[in-house]
Amino acid sequence: MSITSLLNGMPGAVAQGLIWGIMAIGVYITFKILDIADLTVDGSLCTGGAVCVMMLMAGYGMVPALICAFIAGMLTGLATGLLHTAMGISAILAGILTQLGLYSINLKIMGKANQPINANNYDLLVSLRNIKGVPLFENTIFITFIFTVVLIAFLYWFFGTELGSSLRASGCNADMCRAQGINVSFNKVLGLVLSNGLVALSGALLAQYQGFADVQMGRGAIVIGLAAVVIGEALFGKIFKNFALRLLSVALGSIIYYIVLQVVIWMKLDPQLLKLLSAIIVAIFLAIPYWKSKYFAGKVKGGK
Amino acid sequence: MLEIKDIHKTFNKGTVNQKIALNGLSLHLKAGDFVTVIGGNGAGKSTMLNAIAGVWKPDSGRIIIDGDDVTNMPEHKRAKYLGRVFQDPMRGTAADMEIAENLALAARRGKMRTLKWGIKKAERELYREKLLALDLGLENRLSSKVGLLSGGQRQALTLLMASLEMPKVLLLDEHTAALDPKTAAKVLELTDRIVNENKLTTLMITHNMHDAIAHGNRLIMLSDGQVMLDIAGEEKKNLTVETLLSKFYQASGEDFADDSVLLSK
Repeated sequence: MSITSLLNGMPGAVAQGLIWGIMAIGVYITFKILDIADLTVDGSLCTGGAVCVMMLMAGYGMVPALICAFIAGMLTGLATGLLHTAMGISAILAGILTQLGLYSINLKIMGKANQPINANNYDLLVSLRNIKGVPLFENTIFITFIFTVVLIAFLYWFFGTELGSSLRASGCNADMCRAQGINVSFNKVLGLVLSNGLVALSGALLAQYQGFADVQMGRGAIVIGLAAVVIGEALFGKIFKNFALRLLSVALGSIIYYIVLQVVIWMKLDPQLLKLLSAIIVAIFLAIPYWKSKYFAGKVKGGK
Repeated sequence: MLEIKDIHKTFNKGTVNQKIALNGLSLHLKAGDFVTVIGGNGAGKSTMLNAIAGVWKPDSGRIIIDGDDVTNMPEHKRAKYLGRVFQDPMRGTAADMEIAENLALAARRGKMRTLKWGIKKAERELYREKLLALDLGLENRLSSKVGLLSGGQRQALTLLMASLEMPKVLLLDEHTAALDPKTAAKVLELTDRIVNENKLTTLMITHNMHDAIAHGNRLIMLSDGQVMLDIAGEEKKNLTVETLLSKFYQASGEDFADDSVLLSK
């Protein structure tokens, strides 16, 4: 339990946090902006990783591989969006259906349950080998940080446009939107498409980072995404009001989640309990606003 | 400007809860008509407004706005013809967004929403002027979230939003019913001003007979999903609550037995 071993683990935690942070930003779009809990992400994360790994192994370059992973993720969001809006299935169930279907699709993309990609044989963008002792421009933390900043800038721009504003309004007040001529169903689909594109992109980076794509890699991803969103909100919600800063707080929330995880591992907690711990933490954070309004609103005064 | 032809609408058809909401309703509004609508609970007032707005489709009949048949047009497409203010102040605005953002969304009603920036600098200046005219102290709060406003302020803002991009028809669904009397009076005064300044064709539902008489150039009373009374011109100007009640009695042969209508002063 030496402190150096903990500190040695920190760069890895930050790198993982940044990669998962991109996924968490995708979750933010559906969960916070559209007010939909989208479970597609548990499947689309792996889809992104699978598409990226298979394309790199087939000899394609990094840019086409990432773009195709992004597009594949957008298609999974489209599937959920259409199940929800065109077929009238509740959003949460639509996500579960897509997620289940993606399990088969991901296996078909990879041909087997686990597809390793060796950093020695392929020129990978990020890798857990490249987190310290490498030039800055090859450093995974630096690269994923740039990725995050560029994505936040893009999303800040998009949600400031006429279309992006109408998307924000759709999650806030659907009645008002329809009265103002906004196609709420279209916007929901668009939001799901964009969100899952980001999730798949995160999966593509994650597969490279860990050196393999695995059909199980997305299990519980939604919980990690929600954890990042709620941690970011709890810690920075009061000071970060600007939209770009709020997205940044999601990325920071993800990093903090992985740092906490690192500490927990360092304290020799049984790793089998990690998912349970994550679920409990998210449940408590999600419950706080409800408890606040129910139990801490103060006693009713007056009368005798 | 607005033509409703023989609209029928039955809810929960074939069940024990079957309810005929509109029973061959027809109505014609000329451009610039400001029509107040009264009627008891279940008379079909809100159902009529929802049929015009396209919340659902009628079972039969046509709805024509400014010469265009909109009967089969979905709600969000029909919005380009319509300005709407709801009874619930929460429904007309997006609480988590800024006042200016709400106005900018409304200014683009009926237009393609593109990837251009959602709110231009010149717009903010225009909104500031418009808000100044509302005289609610909102002109310096363009960046405030709408959720921070009072019900009356939100209704006034929704009215402004409805009239930013000139609607063919303005639909007001008891938009002062949820407000306290003083605020309601102020919002009604504002309604008059916006309608008159822009010569808007307007349908205003109200529970209050006095308001129905005091505002607009024409008054209709609905009963059982049909227009029971239609009073316009000089007759409308000289109308009192007593004559209105006696007219209703003559027309329907029954008492107008809705306490909330009788008691509202």
